[in-house]
Amino acid sequence: MINKVGRDIPEEILEQTGKEVYQGYLYKDGTEYVKHGPVTKVVMDHNKSKLVDSIHDVLVKCGIKDGMTLSFHHHFREGDLVVNMVMEEIHKMGIKDLTICASSLGKAHDPLVPMIEDGTITNIQSSGVRGKIGEAISHGKLKGLATMRSHGGRVRALLTGETIVDIAFIGAPTCDDYGNCRGIGGKSDCGVLSYSVVDGNHANKVVAITDCLVPFPNFPAHIEMTRIDYVCVVDAIGQPEKIATGAAKPTTDVRKLMMADYCTKFVINAPYFKDGFSYQTGVGGASIASTNSLMKIMEERGIKMGFGVGGLTKSMCDLLDKGLVNCLLDTQDFDLDAVKNVKNARHFRISAGAYANPFNKGAFVNKLDYVILAALEVDVNFNCNVVVGSNGIITGAQGGHPDTAAGAKCTIVISPLLQGRIPAICTDVTTVTTPGETIDVVITDYGVAINPLRQDLIEAMKDVDDIPFRTIEELRDMAYEIAGEPEKVQFGDRVVGIIESRDGTIMDVVREIKPFTFSE
Amino acid sequence: MTNPNKKRLRRSMMFLNCQKPGLIKDPYIYKPDSIMLDLEDAVAEGEKDAARYSLYHALQEIDYHGVERIVRINGLDTPYWREDVRVCVAGGADGIRIPKVESANDVKKMEAAIEEDEKAFGKESGSVLIMAALESAMGVMKALDICEASDRLFGIALSGGDYTKDLQTSLTGGGVELAGARQHMIIAARAAKVQCFDTVFTNLDDEEGFRAEVEMIKAMGFDGKSLVNPRQISVVHEIYTPSEKEIIFAEKIVKEIDDKKSQGIGVFTVDGKMIDIAFYDGAKRVLNLAKASGVYKGDL
Amino acid sequence: MEILKPAVAGTLESSDAMVTVEPTDNGIEFELNSTVIHQYGNEIKRIVMETLDRLSVTNAKITVVDKGALNCTLKARVECAVFRANDQKENLPWGGAIR
Repeated sequence: MINKVGRDIPEEILEQTGKEVYQGYLYKDGTEYVKHGPVTKVVMDHNKSKLVDSIHDVLVKCGIKDGMTLSFHHHFREGDLVVNMVMEEIHKMGIKDLTICASSLGKAHDPLVPMIEDGTITNIQSSGVRGKIGEAISHGKLKGLATMRSHGGRVRALLTGETIVDIAFIGAPTCDDYGNCRGIGGKSDCGVLSYSVVDGNHANKVVAITDCLVPFPNFPAHIEMTRIDYVCVVDAIGQPEKIATGAAKPTTDVRKLMMADYCTKFVINAPYFKDGFSYQTGVGGASIASTNSLMKIMEERGIKMGFGVGGLTKSMCDLLDKGLVNCLLDTQDFDLDAVKNVKNARHFRISAGAYANPFNKGAFVNKLDYVILAALEVDVNFNCNVVVGSNGIITGAQGGHPDTAAGAKCTIVISPLLQGRIPAICTDVTTVTTPGETIDVVITDYGVAINPLRQDLIEAMKDVDDIPFRTIEELRDMAYEIAGEPEKVQFGDRVVGIIESRDGTIMDVVREIKPFTFSE
Repeated sequence: MTNPNKKRLRRSMMFLNCQKPGLIKDPYIYKPDSIMLDLEDAVAEGEKDAARYSLYHALQEIDYHGVERIVRINGLDTPYWREDVRVCVAGGADGIRIPKVESANDVKKMEAAIEEDEKAFGKESGSVLIMAALESAMGVMKALDICEASDRLFGIALSGGDYTKDLQTSLTGGGVELAGARQHMIIAARAAKVQCFDTVFTNLDDEEGFRAEVEMIKAMGFDGKSLVNPRQISVVHEIYTPSEKEIIFAEKIVKEIDDKKSQGIGVFTVDGKMIDIAFYDGAKRVLNLAKASGVYKGDL
Repeated sequence: MEILKPAVAGTLESSDAMVTVEPTDNGIEFELNSTVIHQYGNEIKRIVMETLDRLSVTNAKITVVDKGALNCTLKARVECAVFRANDQKENLPWGGAIR
């Protein structure tokens, strides 16, 4: 069945998943549902301890068995040790057919591949996968399906009960013996535990794993003891040097600086640039450069930001330190400066649900004026791909991309026109992750295109002559003129993954990769 | 007939290593006035041949969107220069930068080679221009002879690194060691009615120093500067952009002179200043610069 | 032209390609390893074959390790490798067999 972004979703996938095809970004607006509640085993006896000696024992206490769904967070990024530690123990116990529901998986989790190959893990739900897991999935090694869902979409899936987590494992930088978890302090300081809040609220069993047990109460708790069944103390839950690094040096790459310059000019000429505006940006060189140049203009014009939200970096924290933003709403910290800055009184932690869940009574993303995003590919309908690489292999993550794009009044995507030889602006993206109807502007090093759906923005920019405006088709033609028109990646028939829209419908499917063969 | 491109605007002339496909594929997005595709210092001894094939196809197949394509060839004292000229002419380069020029003869030698190759490859005579880089005390002292050596020569450029070595000093950052050469070269170039370009500034982290140097060479009369990084382009263009006051004044002069000429009046005043025909070229130059800088939309 | 001896041109940097030619008697043997093989594999093969054809190379083992080179770079690297295999560095046929 063809969906709203023109993708053909096979009937058997619709049957297998019980899902509908994507039908527009507001299709589920106004839907009513009853939230799924977790099984709760009560603790009344004050003589009972929640402390458990080993991962093995905690798995036994939680009743680990074949076919269960286990959840994890990715606040430790490439420094995470929790997923591998838990899964290696499970692997030893010979448990099979597990579903991993992680907020994201990265290269740190390459050791899971043999467990995918031997059927320990048969389904994966994640924002995305990188490294060897992505390769394994794209080569058809996962028995079931990989479901790629956005940060907001994951919260929705747990709230509606579409995904029921049997055991959640929450790596906690600090924790007390009764399960009060904080993202701050200890050896694996990651600042916040935003992605885990929903796991605490909705998983049937919740295990806190820490390498820094602190005196009770560890307050204010980011995840409260009332949600935690067991606390397990281990030697190390993360590799600090890979969790948060020093802030990236401002880029000196002129190509990125040019795109940053176009972006800043677009932002200040759009009608939302006034006192109290809201803003989210990413970690790319161009995004950070653009935030820095925006800061200068805000100072010159005496304009202050109302709030900044999402994953944070030094450049956003600088705004707070200079009094240029009323508050920061933090879901993830990308550098040590952000981890440190979270102690600032106007720097608030929010849950992934409050940030981006489409199925609550309004999320922060809905109040965004601007979001600055990146993309691997953008097509002439403004559909974006952030998950499947040009080699056809799953290599990225949805993150908050579709959530913020849907929520913000002005969604800006920055991408160089060519990634090596591959045109980033193309006729058809390999895989749609974010629908074009939610993308307003595309900024490249060769020019800037406004989505024709946004005639208001086109009108607002008509006297701006220091941005080289082009149509999206012109940008594509420039790319094809330089690099040649690309042929499509050769895929097999088998569907190995689905790209889930934030509302739970199917945006696209990912098929098994096929070795390249010459046409003659 | 003199090549009409001889006097084109050349504020920014950016060096690019011919051996780096990633660099030469789209430098026009940075909007330099000219690029200088380098076959000389940037290319390792063993890759001189490889760089020529890249150069040929770049010249033939890449649309540089009107950016002038100069090629810096290897010196006349190397075994490479003759084949370098052949590939430049065959590929359709707009100009050749000769390194280490020390005499009018060097320029004439180049002129003869280009002419021979233009015939051999069926190109229009005079299509390839010449610029001479002066990199020694002798070269600088012979600047006027060099400027007058060929009708193809559009300008001379100072190459500060080698020049200071020849003076038995080094680059100080303050420019005192280059002061004489700069002054001498700009005077020679103007006397011969050709352009004059300043040497590169290589410390990319010192933006203030770079700005100061560009401001100085502009004040001295230089037409532009050789650049090593696209970051430097916008700074040069900004400094070379005429002020609003200068533009308005230039516009008035051009209008008045056009007007008064038809009435047979030779001297008159604009904004209280005595003006005659000698101001015309300067005012035109200001307006051209303003147009190129995107700050003048008039039709004068 | 004949491939008299093995020769290499190009690098493994992004946007470049490394081309190796070796003598053989069995016509053209073509091997490609490319980061953009799905999108441009057929195009790269076409460009390499056309370039060899223009140079009248009929027997060669040619290996291309491509890092996203544009057509103009691919041609340049193939030509360079072939002329190196012949030790010819001057009086090259610009605009003739090289075009």
